[in-house]
Amino acid sequence: MALVTTLRRLVQNSLREYSRKASAVTWPTKQRSFSIGTQPLRSDNKVTVNFINRDGEKITVKGLPGDSLLDVVINEDLDFDGFGACEGTLACSTCHLIFDEEMYKKLGPITDEEMDMLDLAYGLTDTSRLGCQICLTKSLEGMVARVPESVADIRQTKDGSS
Amino acid sequence: FSGCGKASLSSCSPKVCIVGSGPAGFYTAQHLIKVDIYERLPVPFGLVRFGVAPDHPEVKNVINTFTQTAKHSRCSFYGNVNVGKNVSITELQQAYHAVVLSYGAEGNRSMGVPGEDLAGVYSAKDFVGWYNGLPSCRELSPDLSCETAVILGQGNVALDVARILLSPIDILKKTDITQPTLEALAESQVRRVLIVGRRGPIQIACTIKELREMVNLPDTRPDMVAADFDGVKEALKDLPRPRKRLTELMLKTALEVPGEKEQERRSKASRTWGFRFFRSPVEVLAEPGHSRIAGIRLAINKLEGSGDGAQAVLTGEVEDVPCGLVVSSIGYKSLPIDPSVPFDSRKAIVPNTMGRVKQAAGLYCSGWLKTGPTGVIATTMNNSFDTARSILEDMDSGTLDMSAAKPGSQSISALLEKRGVKPVTFSDWEKIDNVEMKRGESRGKPREKLLTVEEMLHVAWT
Repeated sequence: MALVTTLRRLVQNSLREYSRKASAVTWPTKQRSFSIGTQPLRSDNKVTVNFINRDGEKITVKGLPGDSLLDVVINEDLDFDGFGACEGTLACSTCHLIFDEEMYKKLGPITDEEMDMLDLAYGLTDTSRLGCQICLTKSLEGMVARVPESVADIRQTKDGSS
Repeated sequence: FSGCGKASLSSCSPKVCIVGSGPAGFYTAQHLIKVDIYERLPVPFGLVRFGVAPDHPEVKNVINTFTQTAKHSRCSFYGNVNVGKNVSITELQQAYHAVVLSYGAEGNRSMGVPGEDLAGVYSAKDFVGWYNGLPSCRELSPDLSCETAVILGQGNVALDVARILLSPIDILKKTDITQPTLEALAESQVRRVLIVGRRGPIQIACTIKELREMVNLPDTRPDMVAADFDGVKEALKDLPRPRKRLTELMLKTALEVPGEKEQERRSKASRTWGFRFFRSPVEVLAEPGHSRIAGIRLAINKLEGSGDGAQAVLTGEVEDVPCGLVVSSIGYKSLPIDPSVPFDSRKAIVPNTMGRVKQAAGLYCSGWLKTGPTGVIATTMNNSFDTARSILEDMDSGTLDMSAAKPGSQSISALLEKRGVKPVTFSDWEKIDNVEMKRGESRGKPREKLLTVEEMLHVAWT
């Protein structure tokens, strides 16, 4: 099991390294348009967001009130494979994020349209949401959002052999 | 790492090519350092362009990320190259260290019933290709002069076909649906669409977004058979949330007495749609003395078991449904394009382990060719990332032999030139893209697609 996990991490790191090195374009890039809040760009206006990526690493970034979590991922150039494929139009479930119970309750109501797409997400939980539909407010300061796996990891078999 | 690790990256530069420029091809390309993509048509993007329904433009947003990939210096697009005909897989393998097969599923499963070849019977693959401007489907010209259309299959493609048949023209004319299709639909007499499945409501293959679109389709009303839903309400509590919500919406649509406003809306509707369950096609019936369809004979089934694994079992009874149009939406199917590539004709996929083609070193596959023709774009995305991972693993481990330098596109381009085949570059495609968007502008459409390969090539090379 450990060997497979290590190999997988090595390959994923090498994937990222090759991508960065060759500057092969993996979406998103900074050429995409940003959303700019209407408030002035003072740092005390920003909202801290913590993402836990698929390797379990915590990445702390800031966004502006009004930004969606997808906007934050794009603006901060966070490297989550395949995140936000439909560009925030409720036509996919790749911006699936998981929250703890308390934070989930603060996130506000979910529409039928969001739930329809969320229903297709791999690893759906009771505290799942689509990142493109969550907009930052000061009350969400310090929030933690986990990026779940997007597919069953068939490389990890029960007995640990690959 | 050994071989083409960090140190020796420049000396044995890996040459990789991908066959097919749909989502599978592009998502695989996104994780490779340098890659050539070969595409049979002059235009890229596969089913994103030719499969996704015209009234689902957001789903096509992935074209933006594919465009970024294609325009990057690490990626070269070669359109108008028919792999299997203009160049063989063996020749590609001689030129590249790794060849990735991502050419999808261009065939379809047949119903296997008498009368399937009658005029008026179409595969959903062809019908969808027709309304989306796939050059090989241009001459389909389906006859829409009948009142009732029967669609076999209840997946999202079946619902797309139903929606396109029944949508108000005012909605469709603002999409990138082709002009000939719009004209045909404007004259269409189709007023009733039945979407038929072998099993019951709980086994339906479509997803809730598409069902909701049918329920909310202007100027239409639902027409279901209440008895089809016996026992479904009781089964709800044990269903996982996605299946539960879908089933609840179906139950509500089929059984609930609507409020006054909805009652009025339904009474004014000029078109109807409905699911029919527990029915399998056994014969397409012709008008006596003609080769045109008059109806379809359906066998009546009962279910054995429950949930996903429930099986449809014949009861021996049949039912004839008069109709003038049958669309068979029971699955796409991959076809072998080159005899040197292993192919599992039972599953209709290229046999592989995590994208590595079995018994074929240097050959990989991604997308529907790898797993079979189901799943949305995101499914294909994950599948393709997985294949790319396998390729990179094999490069690093030495499983993929990179000891000999390979000529890559240089030798293939020379071969193609010798054979009189001129590839279409990505900037050539952008000319086609611009012409289509410009033509669409004057009609209030996002684009007016070019419908023949000849037109596409003419624009590409002028």
